[in-house]
Amino acid sequence: MIAVVDYGLGNLRSVSKALEVNNVKVKVTDNPSDISDAKAIVLPGVGAFFKGMENLRNLNLLEIIIKNVEKGKPFLGICLGLQLLFTRSFEHKVSKGMDIFKGEVVKFLKAPKIPHIGWNRLNLKKNSKVFEGIPSNSYFYFVHSYYVKPKEDVVLATTFCGEEFPSAVAKDNIFGVQFHPEKSGKWGLKFLSNFVKLVNAG
Amino acid sequence: MLAKRIIPCLDVAGGRVVKGINFLSLKDAGDPVEQAYIYFCEGADEIVFLDITASTERRKTILEVAKNTAERIFIPFTVGGGIKTLEDIRLLLKYGADKISINTSAVENPSLVKEAAEEFGSQCIVVAIDAKRENDSWQVYVYGGRKPAGLDAIEWAKKVADLGAGEILLTSIDKDGTKDGYDLELTKRISLSVDIPIIASGGAGTPHHFYEVFKKTKASAALAASIFHYGEYSIKEIKRYLKERNIEVRLD
Repeated sequence: MIAVVDYGLGNLRSVSKALEVNNVKVKVTDNPSDISDAKAIVLPGVGAFFKGMENLRNLNLLEIIIKNVEKGKPFLGICLGLQLLFTRSFEHKVSKGMDIFKGEVVKFLKAPKIPHIGWNRLNLKKNSKVFEGIPSNSYFYFVHSYYVKPKEDVVLATTFCGEEFPSAVAKDNIFGVQFHPEKSGKWGLKFLSNFVKLVNAG
Repeated sequence: MLAKRIIPCLDVAGGRVVKGINFLSLKDAGDPVEQAYIYFCEGADEIVFLDITASTERRKTILEVAKNTAERIFIPFTVGGGIKTLEDIRLLLKYGADKISINTSAVENPSLVKEAAEEFGSQCIVVAIDAKRENDSWQVYVYGGRKPAGLDAIEWAKKVADLGAGEILLTSIDKDGTKDGYDLELTKRISLSVDIPIIASGGAGTPHHFYEVFKKTKASAALAASIFHYGEYSIKEIKRYLKERNIEVRLD
């Protein structure tokens, strides 16, 4: 079972359906014991950073997620779910994140329009199983005003929006993407199916 | 570089698709989720559902549409029409809408835009502006284009951007349903006045109209209904036309 974490922020229906296409059991949940039982954790989310952290804490999900990720359970953070992995964010006010990845979440300064909404290309920087069969320069769907600035070498792909920013990061079992694979048509579905394959391969 | 977005719009009443010609006469033309699925397969970048007869008992049908769309269609979609409160927004997002669009209620209660942006993030709050030319300016209209709001469209666009709107869906009432092209001047003026993305709407009748609005204004997206709806041009045809003329679009 893949646990899709429901912490009251954003669209879980499309994420879970897009994963289910791959014949895998998906549970949308805010129950900490499901996080422990799951084969993998998907943390989606759209919304404000501090709210995301607050909700995870109030639902007693924060520690259990961190514990499981550190134990090596496959994890995919989408959009806000990616940003929450980082040390801290400057959205609205400075807020502490999970600090699983060292780095910060900052606002676009050179973007022609903010939020960065729409279809943009990925430049693949490193080979990774999650991008298998997906050509570099494919379009994915983005909706965000902030992006991650890692202090470690974790960038899998970048995207250009006034400046080049990391659109996919990974370290061992941990994956994070700024785009929404569940909203990115064909290539997004391919990406999620690659993630499921990786989970099944253990 | 962001691709320019092509967005088909489905006007929905009582769970069925309709399209208003100049906002008045309506023709029935199908099931919204089926229609949306066809657009998804054709390469639409997003879909907009406008619940034009949103009333309390109809709210349920649009939530069903949102739910079924989110489960079948893996591109973003927006729902607008009759949204008045934070709770309305919360429900639609919960049922799977990616964005919601507010029009009359933003005019009547501008703090809704601010509160919604703070609660759910600017990225899912679209403010729809229906504008009509009056002498040298454009006036904002509400209640489906029936009632003047007493606001200048450019000033109102700046205001909603300040309040935290993530995008503006800009419809020219003069052009809507005419099929003789987008209101280029209006779209140009508004898109130069704010930093948030503008979705141009009203008047698309040929592929060239899409080309014009992207070439001559800073619109990020172009929305249309009847041109796709009655099969005059497919989304792919329009995208190919744009690509051949060096407009950045997503073509797999």
